[in-house]
Amino acid sequence: QNDGYRTLSLSGHVGFGSLPDQLVKKSIKQGFCFNILCIGETGSGKSTLINSLFNTTFDDPVSSHFLPSVQLRAQTYELQEGNVLLKLAIVNTVGFGDQINKEDSYQPIVDYIDAQFEAYLQEELKIKRSLFSYHDTRIHVCLYFISPTGHSLKTLDLLAMKSLDSKVNIIPVIGKADSISKTELQKFKNKIMSELVSNGVQIYQFPTDDETISKINTIMNEHLPFAVVGSTEEVRIGNKMVRARQYPWGIVQVENENHCDFVKLREMLICTNMEDLREQTHARHYELYRRCRLEEMGFRDIGPENKPVSLQEAYEAKRHEFYLEMQRKEEEMRQQFVQKVKEKEAVLKAAEQKVHTKFEQHMLVLQEVKMKLEKKRKVLEDEIAMFIEKKANAEVFQSQASVSTPLVSLKKDKDRKTYVLM
Amino acid sequence: PHIGPVESKNEAAMSELVPEPRQKPVVPMKPMGINANLLGYIGIDTIIEQMRKKTMKTGFDFNIMVVGQSGLGKSTLVNTLFKSQVSRKSSGWNREEKIPKTVEIKAIGHVIEEGGVKMKLTVIDTPGFGDQINNENCWEPIEKYINEQYEKFLKEEVNIARKKRIPDTRVHCCLYFISPTGHSLRPLDLEFMKHLSKVVNIIPVIAKADTMTLEEKTEFKQRVRKELEVNGIEFYPQKEFDEDLEDKTENDKIRQESMPFAVVGSDKEYQVNGKRVLGRKTPWGIIEVENLTHCEFALLRDFVIRTHLQDLKEVTHNIHYETYRAKRLNDNGGLPPMTVETEENHESNL
Repeated sequence: QNDGYRTLSLSGHVGFGSLPDQLVKKSIKQGFCFNILCIGETGSGKSTLINSLFNTTFDDPVSSHFLPSVQLRAQTYELQEGNVLLKLAIVNTVGFGDQINKEDSYQPIVDYIDAQFEAYLQEELKIKRSLFSYHDTRIHVCLYFISPTGHSLKTLDLLAMKSLDSKVNIIPVIGKADSISKTELQKFKNKIMSELVSNGVQIYQFPTDDETISKINTIMNEHLPFAVVGSTEEVRIGNKMVRARQYPWGIVQVENENHCDFVKLREMLICTNMEDLREQTHARHYELYRRCRLEEMGFRDIGPENKPVSLQEAYEAKRHEFYLEMQRKEEEMRQQFVQKVKEKEAVLKAAEQKVHTKFEQHMLVLQEVKMKLEKKRKVLEDEIAMFIEKKANAEVFQSQASVSTPLVSLKKDKDRKTYVLM
Repeated sequence: PHIGPVESKNEAAMSELVPEPRQKPVVPMKPMGINANLLGYIGIDTIIEQMRKKTMKTGFDFNIMVVGQSGLGKSTLVNTLFKSQVSRKSSGWNREEKIPKTVEIKAIGHVIEEGGVKMKLTVIDTPGFGDQINNENCWEPIEKYINEQYEKFLKEEVNIARKKRIPDTRVHCCLYFISPTGHSLRPLDLEFMKHLSKVVNIIPVIAKADTMTLEEKTEFKQRVRKELEVNGIEFYPQKEFDEDLEDKTENDKIRQESMPFAVVGSDKEYQVNGKRVLGRKTPWGIIEVENLTHCEFALLRDFVIRTHLQDLKEVTHNIHYETYRAKRLNDNGGLPPMTVETEENHESNL
């Protein structure tokens, strides 16, 4: 444990015993994150339980049974107790177990959990990163609500839990447990646990390595799955108002340990093991995800010749690849651009040519019209000349004829001729 | 309200390289900050106790480096700080040993325990610093050592299968010993601190402060502070890392009044007024190390150990180490650095 370091004794008070306090002080300043995922069929009592656990009413609309697929709805709240600020995120599965075909029921949940891991991993891989101020959205605990049938687990339960047990801490709970009698309950619990064991489902075990809490944790481990009842209503018992459900045959008190395991759940989840849940998520589930993901991306710790390859070198290789790819793309784009310019140029040239041709055509037409007009004018001029000649002849003829004919008729003719000429 | 798929630019860049593109992730919204009214005690505040228990179980690492010319009382001071023989002087070092020709780096680790808290303390000594005739670049081996520790940590951190607790050998704190000349800082002091304040937390201390009177001390400290400021040397606690107003006021007081701490060290005890105290006996009186009217050792001890120990580690991890990592991942193998990132578009190292 000491790695070969000598242990020295102190000759006086140094003061580093305050280290945990210094560390805690910093954590308090930053606040704590805790993210709970609730999986269960619609109406299994998830929201009511969460409200009871945190002694408050979270704003959560009731969902319908007719959603086409499972969706995850996350809401975050800030709770303050003393000087502790808790950033609580409750993720609810909406529509779980409602579909006729439930094959795809748990895949969205797996994807969601993976997505939170992925987001963290992305931040961790950044060059300029800020992990200490990162808002952790990874799921720290999954409360799986088992329907209080009294018989056994449903196939969907087993499949869902099996696909999630290596990704998240699962705490199975029996919701609406006030519908089972005490004798039935123990049998039910035993059946569930044995089914989980025989199917190899790894649920979260409360840690037993710390002497101060190992005793209580061991006892609690025996009580799994917790049979819980939640309530948003209060009933007067004696002189106190307690959370309870009132029936004609009696009152089920939420915080009465004889009635249900609610207190145990709250104790385990919040007061004793919250920090361990967070640590397991980071040190075990996240590391597993990261390892798988990096291997998937082609990184190895040992290279092809069995020599250790640092992720560093793999990074460099990938970066180089990426850089070359970028260069290639840039070249491609440049080629495309040049090509496009050429094409446009050609098009413009063709258009220019066309315009030129048209212009010349127009000029020719103009020329022709001019010539025609010229011809017409010539013709007209000739006609005028002829007419003038005719007129002159007529005048000569007239002067000869005026001698022999009466004045009146000649005058008339003269007038007529004059009139015509004009 | 349910959350639809949100694609970040990072994801887009990633999916270009990854062989099988993954489904677009569903990311929850940022915290809404709805303050739910608690109607009764729940037990959230027990997390403090849970966390404290966890840290006590895992224990702490702390690595402190001492730099200064030989004879300034470095080893004695460290021994006094940790009330045990942690410095190399006591671990079999021969007092007659010659001063080395170049700066050497000697790290010695011990485990000490107090109040249920186990600390793995490593004291890194730098014999030979400033002792040559030509001291040019004598800070280089020290800078190299510090960067090597960052490198070691980085290598471990980027492994695919990595250890649960990465062994931390990074230097969390560097005590720089200033000679009590009473005049001003030496060029070597300035050069060292200029170079190293960018990679490690430097706490300057005035050694062997019993050679100065109170007025000389105050004036010297003022001059030193002025010189450090003029030369742009940011010693710990650095102004830019004050997290909030509370930190700032506390640290401002330390920066502008107390630092650099004028200290005296001793591992010998004497009787003073019926009490046994650590001190130095002189013909003109006994200098009590832990007496605030005699010297500022107690201030240094409280500062480094009782209030800012965790912060020293965090600044090393969150800032100095991150700076090293970013630089290292950015300029690799002479490849030109990628395009400068904006706030929205941090590209990953892939």
